[in-house]
Amino acid sequence: MTTYPTNRMQADVIIVGGGFMGAATAFFLRRQGLSVILLERDLVGQAASGVNFGNVRRQSRYLGQLPLANRSRDIWLNLPRLIGEDAEFVMSGHILVTTSEKDGARLEKYAVDCKPYGLDLTIMTGDQARAKFPMVGPDIRTVSYSPLDGHANPRLAAPAFGRAARRAGARVIENTEVCAITKTSEDFIVETRNGQSFQAPLLQISSGAWGRAMAASFGEDIPFAANGPQMGVTEPLPYRIGPVIGSASSVLEEGVYLRQVKRGNIVYGGGRRSVADLVAKRSPIDPLNTMRQMPYLARLVPQIARLRVIRTWSGVEGYVGDNLPIMGPSSKVPGLFFAFGFCGHGFQLGPGVGMTMAELIATGRTDIPLEPFHIKRFQ
Amino acid sequence: MADEPVIVIGAGPAGTRAAQRLVQAGLRPVVIDENDRQGGQIYRRQPENFHRTPEKLYGTEAAKATALHTDFDLLRPRIDYRPGTTVWGVSDEGLMTVCGQDVTIVPFSRVIIASGATDRIMPVPGWTTPGAYSLGAAQIALKAQACAIGQKPVFMGTGPLLYLVAWQYLQAGARPAAVLDTSALSTRMKGLLRMASRARVVANGVRYMADLARAGVRLHAGITPRAIEASNNQVSGVTWCDSRGRLRQVSCDAVGMGYGLRSETQLADLLKCEFIFDPCFTQWRPHVDRNGRTSRPDVYLAGDGVLLRGADAAEAAGQLAACAVLRDGGHSVEDTEFTQLHETLAIMNHFGRGLAEAFPWPAHLAGALPDETVVCRCENITAGEIRRAAGELDAPEMNRAKALTRPGMGRCQGRMCGLAAAEILAAARNVPVREVGRLRTAAPVKPLPLNCTVKS
Amino acid sequence: MPALFRRVAEKDRKTIRLFVDGHEIEALEGDTLLVALLTRTRQLRHNEFDNAPRAGFCLMGACQDCWVWTEDGTQLRACSTPAQPGMRITTTEVPWLTNL
Repeated sequence: MTTYPTNRMQADVIIVGGGFMGAATAFFLRRQGLSVILLERDLVGQAASGVNFGNVRRQSRYLGQLPLANRSRDIWLNLPRLIGEDAEFVMSGHILVTTSEKDGARLEKYAVDCKPYGLDLTIMTGDQARAKFPMVGPDIRTVSYSPLDGHANPRLAAPAFGRAARRAGARVIENTEVCAITKTSEDFIVETRNGQSFQAPLLQISSGAWGRAMAASFGEDIPFAANGPQMGVTEPLPYRIGPVIGSASSVLEEGVYLRQVKRGNIVYGGGRRSVADLVAKRSPIDPLNTMRQMPYLARLVPQIARLRVIRTWSGVEGYVGDNLPIMGPSSKVPGLFFAFGFCGHGFQLGPGVGMTMAELIATGRTDIPLEPFHIKRFQ
Repeated sequence: MADEPVIVIGAGPAGTRAAQRLVQAGLRPVVIDENDRQGGQIYRRQPENFHRTPEKLYGTEAAKATALHTDFDLLRPRIDYRPGTTVWGVSDEGLMTVCGQDVTIVPFSRVIIASGATDRIMPVPGWTTPGAYSLGAAQIALKAQACAIGQKPVFMGTGPLLYLVAWQYLQAGARPAAVLDTSALSTRMKGLLRMASRARVVANGVRYMADLARAGVRLHAGITPRAIEASNNQVSGVTWCDSRGRLRQVSCDAVGMGYGLRSETQLADLLKCEFIFDPCFTQWRPHVDRNGRTSRPDVYLAGDGVLLRGADAAEAAGQLAACAVLRDGGHSVEDTEFTQLHETLAIMNHFGRGLAEAFPWPAHLAGALPDETVVCRCENITAGEIRRAAGELDAPEMNRAKALTRPGMGRCQGRMCGLAAAEILAAARNVPVREVGRLRTAAPVKPLPLNCTVKS
Repeated sequence: MPALFRRVAEKDRKTIRLFVDGHEIEALEGDTLLVALLTRTRQLRHNEFDNAPRAGFCLMGACQDCWVWTEDGTQLRACSTPAQPGMRITTTEVPWLTNL
């Protein structure tokens, strides 16, 4: 048994960063029976986890990520039983739509390729899609329908996991910024700006766009950019758009997406991103991007043009060079784990990442293939 | 963007005087006005086919209103006036404006924001019922449209506007059923000491009260609002507790309510001006120096949009901000002009503080609102939901509360409910209201049509 | 129908006619839409969440609680839109042409 200084808090695992990944990992680690300290600079789920679109989507993901996404989807369905609330998850279905033949062919190929992974998609012509989803615009020619996907409220999901983790016995410590992490022969020592000190033999870095610098401090740098999604929401109207609707266009500015929440507002995003400021902890929302999004949103759902935007926002997301997350063990430091840089597509994965990382940290293994996300791919 | 024009946002007393001073120095400012006609709120003009005299419309302030309108009309050929135009955002290239469906990007070298204020609202059960309006609304109905909000309205809240509007309704033949003021007489007497510097203004107020009392309108002081009652989806009465704690009721068919004013600070926020908590007005506002300079070198603020001192002060502050713009831009401005304006404003400052003391914001009422009271009227969010954010969901500040249970999430971005919601959150968490912060502004500042396009 | 607002002056203006929820109403030139409606009726719209009637609140374009629709689905803020002859206004949301 190691003896610790009495003023230093200890646990089996320290998680640095209380976004969705950190909060979910903390929750599932408690179910694995490990003691956890979660350190969050601000409030749980405030950065990328809280400002994203809220897509609970599997289709069009990198195929090697589907086992993780499938696991996550199963957890989304069980949220009320697991954490006591549903984070407004609705299995509304998700459609990807295209206006070009080339993009349509890509959708058709994906629908074939993803089948062995247990993802069943239906390819429809524009007319078939409009018969089922009458709000879809006349320019749409090919649609890929994923009936078992949906959407949820990103402002609620990560904080709900944070509270559930706390109820399960995790020490969730907010407003506490980590300023130094060092490794002794056995333990990680984590120092915070407010002068606290924490110690654990296992450590997970899940600090989103700020994770890159922390990984680099252990000699594991990666190609990385911090960007801001360009989000907006309309005034409420009677609930009438069922599925999440996303453009599958390969043209950046055309790639917009929207969903209607049960209360009635239509949330949208997509197209260009802004460049984040990691020091100021914010990304600008460029009103010119808001203007650019408008015609493409109306191409998906023409009737949206009669509505008004009532709010726009952005946030800080971490993008890895190959557009896949950093997830799994460190290649250099025993006991160190990463789960960050989810490239704007992490929300759906959150619960699955938490369960998988907890499994990996607690038992040393997991059945979910993580090789493609290992940090060593950049060495 | 040194070659770009100076922009003035707002064409009320502050914006008009700012534009006038810039024109005097040979500039041709762009004046962006959300209203279709210049004048702002307090000196709002009636439509062209109305015939009431300025005396009828503006009472003791008729000469000032007329001067402001006439001076602006003379400026028209020498400014780029854009009425019916809203500044909704800020991009790297300039201010984003919208007029109908046309979005224009307006570059600027410097901008003076004179965006004015709206009523400060304390919700009360029943306040979303048709027939319940802000005090400002009651006055606008009368002034700009020659309408009363009801046959026998109650005016409830606090502040000098309460008595002015009640008096204007009396003059117009819509005798108020009662005036209910949360400020006690003893509180008002304390503030009066500071207000002696502007005896004429105080005398007007006293006259309004006397006229109302003489006409048989009951003026109740130190009241605690309980509810706006409804019958058949329309206001039918108000219940309140009098200063001795007795439950009282008055029948009426409309309510005008307001507790002083709150500044429209969204544009300064989008321009990233630094904000401070003003303990006198118990609200957050942009930090300005005595000339209206903000923390950002190209942004200036004037009028009730930054400091709640009323229309006379706004005229002086508008001129002063223009002087600062001119001097900072290399034009020569006499020191004496600054000094004179500072002296004028010093009196107004003193008076404004006196008013805030005499008619204090009844923050304590927020904490006592029943859980089921609607606070955010856009999203229909109750006091109980804000308390759930404060407690069970552990939100320490307003933006977190908004993220979790939606107060301030709607079309108006918390203009109506934000200050009261902050009081509810602070009371539930037992902290001073400044500690729960303020709602961050998001573009668009007003709802923006999704079918608009950028006009080059 | 009982009305909310009462005209107290300026009653000698030219009358104009417009339609509200299919019924023709008379208003006066210079009226805002809000005044044109509320001198004839008692509400402008319903809140989306409790469906209770609303009739505006601030009259200065701040509260956003007076949006009405034209019959073709365009929305207008009643307090700051002049009433025009022949306008066809509805106080309930105009359904999309293509409903689920």
